[in-house]
Amino acid sequence: MSTVTTKPAPARPARTTSTLAPISWRGPIVYGFFALASLIFFALLPAGGTETTFRISTATDFFQIPALTVSSTGFALVLSLVALGLAGLATWAAWTRRRLGVWLPVVFGLVVVFAFLAWAGAGKSAIPLTGLLQGSLFLAVPLVFGALSGLLCERSGIINIAIEGQLLAGAFLAAVVASVTSSAYMGLVAAPIAGALVGLLLVIFSVKYWVNQIIVGVVLNVLVVGVTSYLYSTVLAADPATWNSRNPLPVIEIPVLSQIPVLGPVLFRQTLLVYLMYAAVILLQIFVFKSRWGLRMRAVGEHPKAADTVGIKVNVTRVKNTILGGAVAGLGGAFFTVAAGLAFGKEMTGGKGFIALAAMILGRWNPMGALAAALLFGFSDNLRTVLGIVGTPIPSQIMLMTPYVVTIFAVAGLVGKVRAPAANGIPYVK
Amino acid sequence: MTQATPDVGGVPPAAAPPSRPMDDDGRGEGSSILREMLESSWLVSFLAVVIALVLGGVLIAAADPDVQRTATYVFARPSDFFGAIWSSVASAYAALFQGSVVNLGAPTFERAIRPLTETMTVATPLILAGLGLGIGFRAGLFNIGAQGQIILGGIFAGFIGFTFSLPPGLHLLLAVFGAALGGALWAGIAGVLKARTGAHEVIVTIMLNNIAVFLVAYLLTTSAFQRAGSSNPISPPIPSSAQFPLLLGDGFRLHLGFVLALVAAVGVWWLMERSTIGFRFRAVGENPHAARTAGMSVPWAYVWVMVIAGALAGLAGSAQVLGTEKVLTAGVAASFGFDAITVALLGRSRPLGTVLAGLLFGALRAGGFAMQARTGTPIDIVLVVQSLIVLFIAAPPLVRSVFRLPTPGDTTRKRRRSTSRPAAQEVSA
Repeated sequence: MSTVTTKPAPARPARTTSTLAPISWRGPIVYGFFALASLIFFALLPAGGTETTFRISTATDFFQIPALTVSSTGFALVLSLVALGLAGLATWAAWTRRRLGVWLPVVFGLVVVFAFLAWAGAGKSAIPLTGLLQGSLFLAVPLVFGALSGLLCERSGIINIAIEGQLLAGAFLAAVVASVTSSAYMGLVAAPIAGALVGLLLVIFSVKYWVNQIIVGVVLNVLVVGVTSYLYSTVLAADPATWNSRNPLPVIEIPVLSQIPVLGPVLFRQTLLVYLMYAAVILLQIFVFKSRWGLRMRAVGEHPKAADTVGIKVNVTRVKNTILGGAVAGLGGAFFTVAAGLAFGKEMTGGKGFIALAAMILGRWNPMGALAAALLFGFSDNLRTVLGIVGTPIPSQIMLMTPYVVTIFAVAGLVGKVRAPAANGIPYVK
Repeated sequence: MTQATPDVGGVPPAAAPPSRPMDDDGRGEGSSILREMLESSWLVSFLAVVIALVLGGVLIAAADPDVQRTATYVFARPSDFFGAIWSSVASAYAALFQGSVVNLGAPTFERAIRPLTETMTVATPLILAGLGLGIGFRAGLFNIGAQGQIILGGIFAGFIGFTFSLPPGLHLLLAVFGAALGGALWAGIAGVLKARTGAHEVIVTIMLNNIAVFLVAYLLTTSAFQRAGSSNPISPPIPSSAQFPLLLGDGFRLHLGFVLALVAAVGVWWLMERSTIGFRFRAVGENPHAARTAGMSVPWAYVWVMVIAGALAGLAGSAQVLGTEKVLTAGVAASFGFDAITVALLGRSRPLGTVLAGLLFGALRAGGFAMQARTGTPIDIVLVVQSLIVLFIAAPPLVRSVFRLPTPGDTTRKRRRSTSRPAAQEVSA
């Protein structure tokens, strides 16, 4: 018996000639594809005009920067060539097995987007650059909160598909409480409670009853849609003045900082919810990776048995983190009602919870990564609105489709196989 | 053995029918049968429906104006309060039943059974899409993409339907085949990407859903798809040569698509339980590492699981476009793709279960419309009841503790042992 146990585990199939991993050409192929597409469509195909104008300052800025007018074709050509160069760089890096930083996809994306803007805005009214970025950040808010919620749950080993439901519950309670108290800030206080309740249900069924967490998540989404829509049709619609009046959060300008050109209005002329988002991302980035709480959470998510052995209460950790995650998503739900200045409407989250889930995976279970991915979605969402106003040659449906296509390319080409926390979705039983 | 191979269909092993070949607690025969009955998962399923309906009733009563009015003097005259609760809940559920199963007050027999045929009509896409999703769940793939696959199926079916003019039988056959192909291609993207690059199928299918929504909206603005002379996003009507024949004549909407769904269920049963392909799918779902060691190609399985699931969802699209709606609109998939997820989960990813769950949800939906029309109770209550049913069925210990039922198995240890090795969850988002 002992001989069997002491024997080394059967060796993996022997690596043949080289110990190096095979070169992955996916990244260079994706970069090359987009760079060529940019060259052909934005630089070589005729645009709607000869000149593109970017408006940089907003009317209320202290420093006024004059609008930038460029030759559409020339600008797009230069940027496309830069993109091709970056693709070449990626190819060289792959060939020599060098690793390039995160800056490459970011810069590449920006370059292609500007080439696109030069083409789409040719001969049209000026493209409001600051407004574009401001709106992008704003639209990214629910996605960031949702992704952070998913991250908190999944890092501790609970799959949170119910982000959508948590957002919707937060949006609902925020609208109702803000309307009853006539205070948008009270809505902001109430929203996390609703999200936490959904998180509580999720974790009860996952931890106590060992129900498959994906089932619980999917079902909770339906449940929240059902309950909120039902209450909307019966209670809210009967007396909207009391239950569902609009209470927009005021925009808070941070003195001095909001006067920085471009960045000021984008980052520091937003509502309280956006500032809370900054705080949440920064705090989580620090606490998940640098604190005792974060270490325990990750341990529980990766190897619950080991965590239990050193005295960490696995299920208690999971319960706490899932409820916290629910609260974070609920706060994000307040975006749809009080922050956007809208009354509650049926199913008003419209699948944003799933996009948040995608942002979390794209960001590799990392707060900053989730922020970057959410900004990508927010940007493309807002781009469509802005170009709709400016007027573009592309049908709006195709514009709407773009972020999702880009995500598929990003997931398949650049991110590839992402690794979820090891104990994700597995109930822990001593 | 059944314990060592927990269900990948997402059902906790505790929910599986108790596999107790022998009566090990040594009680008499009669008590044993009673115990079997009390432990059966069918009873739990039934009680789950009961609890869900009761909780739904609470919501119905709470929103009823009569109940709210009588609640203000509940201590003075409680009989008014409870009477109002009873009448509001009873009338809503009576309408739900009459709208989904049989309308006893109808003047003619035809009108009396029409609700049942409506239920079957609504259930058709749910069953077809649910069957596909069930295959995915059992192979460890969490395919959220039925919505997009239904839309693509609808696009292909509709295009073939209203563009060509062919002899009746052939036209329908071609359109149905096109629908399956459309769904299969769309799902195949996710399958190939998962197999080739490891891209997470949850993300890819979510994205493909959104792309499909905008794709159909865009296509319906092009001259190839938009009805001539219409400014609305609606396609030309499907000619009768490409329509599913009605099963019960003009008085009913029930069409051949329902039979197609039943045939597909049998086909899926055969595929998963009797064929080598199905065995491979299940093996990959149970444990991809073991399957690979045994010489099976895991990427191959991922691609084909998605293709088959997509083809079935595409058929669901054809049932809508060629049967129920007879036209392609942007809302072709309604919310069938998402409802089908709950249908597959409720049906425990098994064909028979999926058919029954599809019929139940079809009944709730068909009856929900009748309830909304007759008693003014919003149809959203149906979503609440549906989700509660799935939630309770997935958590048998909860239902058992509510009704103080005995736990299957001799001790709790048996249950624990089976659950402590949860299904090989490739499904991790």
